[in-house]
Amino acid sequence: MVNGLSLGAIYALIALGYTMVYGIIMLINFAHGDIMMVGAYIGFFSVAVLGTNIFVAMAMAMIACAVLGVLIEKVAYKPLRNSTRIAALITAIGVSFFLEYTTIFFLTPNQRVYPAEAFPVTNYDVMGISLSSKDIFVFISAVVLMIILQYIIKRTKTGKAMRAVSLDKEAAMLMGINVDKTISITFAIGSALAAAAGVMMGIYYNSINPLMGIIPGLKAFVAAVLGGIGIIPGAMVGGFLMGILETLVSGYGSSLYRDAVAFGVLIVILLIKPTGLFGKNTGEKV
Amino acid sequence: MQKTQHFKPVQFIVEVGILVVIFTLVQYLISAGLLNQYYQINLASMCINIILAVSLNLINGFTGQLSLGHAGFMAVGAYASVIMTTYMDLPFIVGIVAACLAAALAGFIIGVPTLRLRGDYLAIATLGFGEIIRVVLQNIDYVGGPAGIMGISKLTNWPWLFAGVVVTLVVIVNLINSSYGRAIISVREDEIAAELMGVNTTKYKVLAFVIGAMFAGLAGALYAHYFYIIKPETFNFMKSFDILVMVVLGGLGSTTGAVIAAMFITILTAVLQSFPAVRMILYAVILILVMIYRPQGLMGNRELGRRTFGRLRGRLRGEQQ
Amino acid sequence: MRIRRKVSMVVLMLFMLSIVAGCSQGGDNGSAQQGGDTIKIGINTELSGAVASYGTNAANGALLAIEEINAAGGVLGKQLEPLSRDCKSIPDEAMSVSAALVGEKIVAQIGPLTSGNVAGSTSVMMENQIPLLAPAATAVNVTVDEKANKVRDFIFRVCYLDSDQGRRMANFALEELNVKNAAIYGSTSDDYATGLAKYFKEEFTAKGGTIVAEEGFVNGDKDFRATLTKIKSANPEFIYVPGYYTEVAVLIKQAREMGITCPIGGGDGWDSPDMVSVAGAEALNNTYFTNHYSVEDPDPAIQSFVEAYKAKYNKLPDSFAALGYDAAKLLADAIERAGEADPIKIKEALEATKDFPGITGTMSIDENHNPVKNIVVIEYKDGNLISR
Repeated sequence: MVNGLSLGAIYALIALGYTMVYGIIMLINFAHGDIMMVGAYIGFFSVAVLGTNIFVAMAMAMIACAVLGVLIEKVAYKPLRNSTRIAALITAIGVSFFLEYTTIFFLTPNQRVYPAEAFPVTNYDVMGISLSSKDIFVFISAVVLMIILQYIIKRTKTGKAMRAVSLDKEAAMLMGINVDKTISITFAIGSALAAAAGVMMGIYYNSINPLMGIIPGLKAFVAAVLGGIGIIPGAMVGGFLMGILETLVSGYGSSLYRDAVAFGVLIVILLIKPTGLFGKNTGEKV
Repeated sequence: MQKTQHFKPVQFIVEVGILVVIFTLVQYLISAGLLNQYYQINLASMCINIILAVSLNLINGFTGQLSLGHAGFMAVGAYASVIMTTYMDLPFIVGIVAACLAAALAGFIIGVPTLRLRGDYLAIATLGFGEIIRVVLQNIDYVGGPAGIMGISKLTNWPWLFAGVVVTLVVIVNLINSSYGRAIISVREDEIAAELMGVNTTKYKVLAFVIGAMFAGLAGALYAHYFYIIKPETFNFMKSFDILVMVVLGGLGSTTGAVIAAMFITILTAVLQSFPAVRMILYAVILILVMIYRPQGLMGNRELGRRTFGRLRGRLRGEQQ
Repeated sequence: MRIRRKVSMVVLMLFMLSIVAGCSQGGDNGSAQQGGDTIKIGINTELSGAVASYGTNAANGALLAIEEINAAGGVLGKQLEPLSRDCKSIPDEAMSVSAALVGEKIVAQIGPLTSGNVAGSTSVMMENQIPLLAPAATAVNVTVDEKANKVRDFIFRVCYLDSDQGRRMANFALEELNVKNAAIYGSTSDDYATGLAKYFKEEFTAKGGTIVAEEGFVNGDKDFRATLTKIKSANPEFIYVPGYYTEVAVLIKQAREMGITCPIGGGDGWDSPDMVSVAGAEALNNTYFTNHYSVEDPDPAIQSFVEAYKAKYNKLPDSFAALGYDAAKLLADAIERAGEADPIKIKEALEATKDFPGITGTMSIDENHNPVKNIVVIEYKDGNLISR
């Protein structure tokens, strides 16, 4: 169960990025999972090569990925803002593969191991449940980041701009909001969160490899949809739900079908309530 | 606007004649041993890729529904055909028919629920189904689980491949040019308007999906009986991605484009055999660049057809005068 | 309108085809059979895709071996020329690569690694009567056509079979660890692991043991705790974990963290220095695995191989590297014994192999084209590998 929460926290962070981007430019950023992977690698190099401690590593990863996210948006997504959704989605797929295979090209497909010194593990036994310091770290960091995010969205001007643009882009523009800048900031924040998730995955599971972003990325996407795509609290809830569900399925059901279950969940939601748990039904106006 | 179609016997004979020539020429090359094995393998891959690309183009290009799980249908077809031939010792044609039917059925089962979704959701749902098919196959021991089935007899040869390609093209091209085709295209152009005009959009979406799936199944059957072994891993998202690249490059909505792109990508794969990571990076870059700078791909909406040849002929005649 | 467009497309196909055919005419005129100063060896391994790291290591091992052989004067007075290609971990690509290599007149091929990809190459090699030496494919049906019940003429391997490995571990657990029941928690993503699990189970139960739980994980999984809880409640005295080190290391770590203290065993997929760095030396105490060789084995031949590999590639060789190395060395030996670089003679020489001293053990090739060699069981003790 504890694992479910930690896993869920990681999924939630990634899902937030998906949901924020979708909310603002209606694009499923297929490459989001891979940004997470890049974050994990940067964290790895920070710790293994530069010898920094884990918090610095995470900060570096977050900053670097924020930049990467903005770059991707400017180069690949901005030109397609007025194209069909299919076009944007295909481009996102392209970016995803590009990130994966460039990493493979430069860093080999072999996995890398986060050095154990990066994060000393101690196990605690609390009321019969075994907790590791890793679980605590992941959970608390994730919650802290989410709180910060909520603050940004609800209390700052940038956050307000983000909400405005996701509600109605044209109106926001007319109100003097710099839409481009807002979109870039959204990507930056989303990517930074994904990077943090990546570093956490590196610590939690100890090993990283260039293709590690695909499956968690898809599951986080399902989480975002589950919570209602475009809705931030929804992504958080969705993330935790997916984490817990996955742990339950492994424990009681067959671990063999675990990945398939994630997709199954997605399909069920899309069929029954496509707007997700927290979503509102907005039909498309002619 | 109605396109009038006059049946001109001379043209028909010429067209069939060209087909016969191509067929016999390649057949001769193969039988005389002039086409070595490496090229034969690539030729087979090329034909299979053409069928896959054209069938996916029907769904993605003409109907405008982004399907990312095409490899799943290929898998269904491949396994169905192998069960018929290798497990039950039935002739190849039975396997092929089984493959088409099974894949079409899968297309129907997956299509009906998912085609109610729009755009991005549909894409992810199809991706999910493609993966589900793969995971399920991986866990069924009867078909070998992750090891798949090996020792499949090599029943696919040039005549089968040629026939496969021809049938696929004939059916799909004729479908597009019929009233069904117009309905399908209208769904792509503006689904809401089509619905308002009385077009049963769901019916046509499912139709295109099922037919596309069916031919993917055919490709799967041909693949299985050429390459000796099939395993669930072969039909993963990467394969769907490969096909997608072909369709996008050729132009979403152009069958000719899909054919050309399929040929081009097959050759590119062969050429880049020594540089695999580069190949994938290249695909990704191609995809991104095409989408940004030329989203209509190589051929856009155009096809090489009567008009092109008519114009050529006209121009020739004009010059002679 | 009907057939028109189809015709145009087919015309284009013809066009492309003629270009391609034209190229093939040009290309083949080159090298004569074994003329020239080199003997061409094809190395067809997975350099990208799912098992890229294993394929790369095996290719590296083979290349190192060939380098050493060439430095010592080559074979039959000629230098060996390796042609290394990538089959992308896909069987049809393996087939295509083999065909390309055959076109370039190789006398033998080393690789691919996984049984599925070897199957892809098999038809091409058999048709062209060129021997294939699989370094690490362990499925039984790689060398034997089970349906027709005959040996595949030109296919050989230098590693032992899944059946041997699984059985060896079962016997080890029963006889040396004295356990009566066991749980199996292995990978279901590839035939290697499912094969091991199957043979372990067969042997274990045949010799009187009971299997108390059978679970599976998928390659890429990172969280095994939920299933481990389930297994823990079945109270096994031994857990068999066939799979690759990527997942196994994390699995063992989590198992120990959960208080599972019984001995854990596995197969050669465990072999990697990453096991210690990921799982930690303490977690690995009381774990055992069957392997082809051990990096720490003090045997001078092995150590010089390890040193040479480390010098060239900057990392320690894993079993795949060792097997690739052995495959290349065995091949060179066979060519030497055959007296000429003729594929059919090489095949016969391979079949006659007796007591060839490989890094992974002294081997003789039996009538099923499999090597008869000793299977080492290795124990982890404080992060070190000890042979049992």
